[in-house]
Amino acid sequence: MLAQLRMMLKIRLAERCLADGRRERLIGGPVHLGVGQEAVAVGVAAELRKTDRVFGAHRSHSHVLSMGSSLHGLFAEVLGKDTGLSRGMGGSMHLWDQPNGFYGSVPIVSGTVPLAVGAALAAKMQGGGDVGVSYMGDGAVEEGVVHESLNLARMLQAPAIFVVENNLFASHMHISLRQPKQATARFAAANDIPYEIVDGNDVVQVRAAAGRLIGRARAGEGPGFIEAVTYRWYGHVDWREDIDVGVNRSAEHVDAWRRRDPIARLVAGLKAAGLMDEAWLNSLEADIGVEVAEAWQQALADPYPPLSAITSRVFADAGVAA
Amino acid sequence: MTGVRYNYGTAMLAAFEYLLEKYPEVFVIGQGLWSPWYVGNSMTDLDKKFGAHRIIDTPVSESACTGAAVGAALAGMKPIVVHPRMDFMLYAMDAVVNQAAKWSLMVGGQAGPGLTIRSIINRGGEQGAQHSQALHAWFAHVPGLRVVMPATVADARDLLIASVLCPDPVMFIDDRWLYDLEADLPPVVEYPLALEGPRRLREGHDITLVASSYSTRLSLEAAEQLAQQGISAEVIDLRVINPLNLDLIVASVEKTGRLLAVDGSWSPCGLAGEILAGVAERVAPAALKKSPARITLPFAPAPTASVLEKAYYPTAAMVVSQATKLMDKAC
Ligand SMILES: Cc1ncc(C[n+]2csc(CCOP(=O)(O)OP(=O)(O)O)c2C)c(N)n1
Ligand SMILES: [Mg+2]
Repeated sequence: MLAQLRMMLKIRLAERCLADGRRERLIGGPVHLGVGQEAVAVGVAAELRKTDRVFGAHRSHSHVLSMGSSLHGLFAEVLGKDTGLSRGMGGSMHLWDQPNGFYGSVPIVSGTVPLAVGAALAAKMQGGGDVGVSYMGDGAVEEGVVHESLNLARMLQAPAIFVVENNLFASHMHISLRQPKQATARFAAANDIPYEIVDGNDVVQVRAAAGRLIGRARAGEGPGFIEAVTYRWYGHVDWREDIDVGVNRSAEHVDAWRRRDPIARLVAGLKAAGLMDEAWLNSLEADIGVEVAEAWQQALADPYPPLSAITSRVFADAGVAA
Repeated sequence: MTGVRYNYGTAMLAAFEYLLEKYPEVFVIGQGLWSPWYVGNSMTDLDKKFGAHRIIDTPVSESACTGAAVGAALAGMKPIVVHPRMDFMLYAMDAVVNQAAKWSLMVGGQAGPGLTIRSIINRGGEQGAQHSQALHAWFAHVPGLRVVMPATVADARDLLIASVLCPDPVMFIDDRWLYDLEADLPPVVEYPLALEGPRRLREGHDITLVASSYSTRLSLEAAEQLAQQGISAEVIDLRVINPLNLDLIVASVEKTGRLLAVDGSWSPCGLAGEILAGVAERVAPAALKKSPARITLPFAPAPTASVLEKAYYPTAAMVVSQATKLMDKAC
């Protein structure tokens, strides 16, 4: 559990750093921050291995870092540097770290959901017991392709784990304005896929549910669905908390969710169990702070991709004879 | 007569207001309609003025919303679907290409969905490959669909009105890089879209620049700079790219003998290539003083890194330089 605390803190401080970088205009492109949602990715990833196949979307910093990606690779990517996870070609919304099990994230909502099913199907064909993971939001389930994917995964018994981070919003719209019911797990039920609805701000609960469903999938028993209820502290995009894509946010709501901080909750639990104290936490935070600062400075100093990269990276096979 | 000052965005807002006030069968459906964030200043407060039942902000469901608009159009409404980025609309391709565009022919011309699909070219800002595309040429390839690309403030308003009043399915494509253009507009006069086509925005006799949407803006800027070098460029704004009427372009190239097509998308099987092909078919070789040329994007998805993004999109300077080359007697 200390490892999960460390990872959540790392993600939190990394995203705070990105928020500052965006506010200071050192970052030129949009960043969708998941501060407040760290427990979801960290709980799920605790049950994953590097041969699994994880796909994300526009808000995927936590998804990639929780698989063990480097802070420097993420920061450099967000800054458009040649040393970034996607070699500066994708920025915050297009992350890739396949060696660590992160197959890719993209901003077309739900675009990667069927890809995760396919990667899971491949895992089944390859026989190694690996799983595909599809992170998506509550807004994503409004796309038809998600329903096709759920049905297909179930019919093929693909080892696909669908993880819905239900943070109650899709950009400016609350889920009550978009869906007749707020539990997206109803779509798992409709497709006969085992599901668990968990408190997404409780890493212990998330991990336990992930362990059960991933265990089933690895054993050849088919797909699973986790709905993690959570909340993002920042607006939909970038560093502001008060304005959310042009709409004023209810400070009351944000404050109520801040009191359910997944990190503070784990800290409180660990302290109560006598597993750590304040001094230990302070030194952990200080260590991660240094790690974040160093990675950020290095990423800032790194070079941009060469102009030739515009056309030389379009195909994986650049057509140059060996 | 002095008109009212608009910019490209508020001109579309004026069109929406005009249509919603005058035609009860008009409604608008799409993502972000209750937030000023997605659609700039082009739809501000429409929901407050006309009600959330006519200005419908939707779930993240491009396919269903577009298909539903096709059905509502068949049932007598005049829907306007809004896709805040063209990239998002790709989930709706069946409704657009298989259903809307083919309906009239499939039922013997007896019925057709008179809907307008407003999709926005929204690129730049390091948003990358899936938030940048200008896929107008795809739609210009499809019979049964009208495709409109306003480049001026007047067209932003008046072509939107004409699109919505047209009984055919129309893809109306506006460009976020044009929203700051300003002009005074006279009161609205309704006209039939089927009679609209390319328009000459600047007269010249040395070279013909053909463009649409933001590329028209670049071409006008370039023509201004070329004039300072003593080169007289004629600028033709396509406005309606499907069906495409080449008459004006052919006449212009017969006069200038030089053609440069400028397009903000990829070259292969694209709009600029279609202009070149149409001219090659219709202008006598002897009338051409130089091989026609085109300016398009590099044949690659949009990168994000700022340095690459800057090099990726065509500029007025590129148009000037290419036009100057076409004038050069030595090459
Ligand atoms: C196909 C498509 N439609 C619309 C958008 C615009 N968009 C970006 S994020 C987003 C909201 C997604 O909400 P959700 O899935 O709940 O994820 P969250 O932002 O809450 O993490 C929308 C509508 C998009 N990127 N892609
Ligand atoms: Mg959400």
